[in-house]
Amino acid sequence: MVKLLMAEQLEKFRQKILANRPKKTLISISCGTCGQARGALKVVEAFKKAVKGREKKVSIKVTGCHGFCEAEPNVIIFPEEIFYRNLKPEDAKRVVESALNGEVVDDLVYKENGNGFIHMSEIPFYRKQMRILSGKNPLVDPVNVEDYIALGGYKALARALQKSPEKIIGEIKASGLRGRGGAGFPTGRKWEVTRVQKGDIKYIICNADEGDPGAYMDRSLLEGNPHSVIEGMIIGAYAIGAGEGWVYVRNEYPLAVKHVTVAIEQARKLGLLGENILGSGFTFDIKIARGAGAFVCGEETALIASVEGKRGIPRQRPPFPAAYGLFAKPTNINNVETLANVPIIIEKGAGWFASIGTEKSKGTKIFSLVGKVRNTGLVEVPMGITLREVVFDIGGALDGKRVKAVQIGGPSGGCIPQELFHLPVDYESLTGAGAIMGSGGMIVMDENTCMVDIAKYFTNFLQEESCGKCSICREGTQRMYEILTAVTEGRGTEEGLTLLEELGGVIKDASMCGLGQTVPNPVLSTLRYFRDEYTAHIKEKRCHAGVCKTFIQYMINLEKCTGCELCKKNCPQEAIEGERKKPHSIVQDKCIKCGICYDMCEFDAVVKTTGGKNAKDSN
Amino acid sequence: MIEIAKFIEDAVTRHGGLLLSTLQDIQEHYKYLPEEALREVAKKSGIALRDVYGVATFYSAFSFTPKGKHVITVCLGTACHVRGGVRIVDVLSKELGINPRETTPDLQFTLETVNCLGCCAIGPIVVVNGKYHGQMTPQKTLKQIKRLVKKGK
Repeated sequence: MVKLLMAEQLEKFRQKILANRPKKTLISISCGTCGQARGALKVVEAFKKAVKGREKKVSIKVTGCHGFCEAEPNVIIFPEEIFYRNLKPEDAKRVVESALNGEVVDDLVYKENGNGFIHMSEIPFYRKQMRILSGKNPLVDPVNVEDYIALGGYKALARALQKSPEKIIGEIKASGLRGRGGAGFPTGRKWEVTRVQKGDIKYIICNADEGDPGAYMDRSLLEGNPHSVIEGMIIGAYAIGAGEGWVYVRNEYPLAVKHVTVAIEQARKLGLLGENILGSGFTFDIKIARGAGAFVCGEETALIASVEGKRGIPRQRPPFPAAYGLFAKPTNINNVETLANVPIIIEKGAGWFASIGTEKSKGTKIFSLVGKVRNTGLVEVPMGITLREVVFDIGGALDGKRVKAVQIGGPSGGCIPQELFHLPVDYESLTGAGAIMGSGGMIVMDENTCMVDIAKYFTNFLQEESCGKCSICREGTQRMYEILTAVTEGRGTEEGLTLLEELGGVIKDASMCGLGQTVPNPVLSTLRYFRDEYTAHIKEKRCHAGVCKTFIQYMINLEKCTGCELCKKNCPQEAIEGERKKPHSIVQDKCIKCGICYDMCEFDAVVKTTGGKNAKDSN
Repeated sequence: MIEIAKFIEDAVTRHGGLLLSTLQDIQEHYKYLPEEALREVAKKSGIALRDVYGVATFYSAFSFTPKGKHVITVCLGTACHVRGGVRIVDVLSKELGINPRETTPDLQFTLETVNCLGCCAIGPIVVVNGKYHGQMTPQKTLKQIKRLVKKGK
């Protein structure tokens, strides 16, 4: 690889890459962690075989996530942008043939209500999105820096290095970019505060400790387009005057760790990291620190302690990391998605960026739209879009199910009921409704989701993840979990709910770090909007959603049961009795309520009841 | 013992004395943190043994007991939870006779849970010996276990 000593060389290198790339059909195969879990690697092998001998006309690109996870493994044919979903290895041949002949394989395109959608941009899942960050994923092989450069990569860096750091900070400030990690602090201001600190040694950290369960946009960016994050990081380092950077990435994301490691090495080889970057006189390099499974390390002071190799326990602020951070030096910490926005702002201008979104929330935000929706995946939408548009127009309700709420912001966030889906997605609106933007997890819940169970789930998560420093957070979360467990096990009282609210308020007030201060959100927001469900558990001893085991019972409808023995054979407890071709029955003492019989029965003969009524239609 | 000492000396040097990364390397290599390894880390890095132990107990990625031949990890992230991840853990616990974070006495299976693997769209996720499986059910997971048991015989 050549070493790029000057900005002009980068441009020449780009022209050379483009010149070596004759126009031909491109088959982009989504191969992120989700895709691989669905068998994408086998699909890749099949495609490689199918194009053999025709490499002059068609090429394959193994890329990161295309966003539409429900359709994994999926393939996009460029330049037409024909989208094929849920491919199997045996489909490869047909797809290649038709791509070469300018045809479409009708039975492999996305379908909804009987209508087929050929092009990516027509598919309802993509139609309302604005993919300024994630849009490049299908065109980039994450372990090949040339792909990123071919698309204009590192152009923003070259441009930034020719301006003064103050000018860069001014542009980021003017763009209105706010931190995408959760709290939404203005990025430009953060940079400025670190910039003005005295001292020669400063650090920039990329927070890739995406601990929120249900959120994976950072994983997708790091896996699919790591150079965009690195470029943002170098620009940030230049702006604040940092000579060293760290990427703190979760160890639960092995593919992301691998791709970032490769990307850093490539950038170093090209001279985009190291001494005198592109002849500017600016010197900067990046190291990687891996997380070790502690949620609290997403908090910046805990993260710093963890990078230093210590226990990830937050400390009192001030002094803020900007003044006293990693190894006691001024440190700036930005989230992955925030950094990925930086090159785009430098390239397209602050004005362009600020024209997207609402008055106080600019640009786009990536959400992981998961849970009880038809089209799950990563959606990148302009700020200000309504929750209704995201959940129903992009996601789509599951057939015949009533969407109840959407949980936003992870364990620190809250549940927003369907009645409030007219709210625009921006920092202030979500906070006002009792949730937070958080890192962007959106978990849709329907009539089969029990809100008390969800509150219990998050509280359990948080009591395990509380670092233990503040006793109110450590003990308070445990007490809350006990009260919630009592409710789900039929021992709950109304007084317990009052205590929950009181405890929640105290933990919020008396905890030191962001984790403790937001701990009660899932409980308080569900109590605020779904108190009737709590009451049903306490007074009627029923779980409407049919989730809480204490209140449910599986039974066999003797009229519908054909005696096929499918449930009997699959019951792990041998709790089902009955002769072949005669109605079966469940021995309740043996039943562990795992629901396998309920899932498997082809005749709807297994029914789930709660409080003597069918769980399904007890609402 | 000599081998451990060498491995740890290398790891300590490689990470410039940063404790967390050193422990990660040991965990990756031995699949758990042996006591003598922790003592060796303290000796080589000059960090007090109590602090080494403190870091090792703080992070859930570390284990003090050897893992089984097969490691089954069930994701309990929010999206997997609402789609029934817990049911999978319950059934596996019963089947293997162990709680999460435990290993069967014959060292065949370790059952683990994880807070989120970021494959939320295709949950519930079960990772069997490093291989990700999406949209799992209790029954599909049991099948996997039975296949592994059969293979081992």
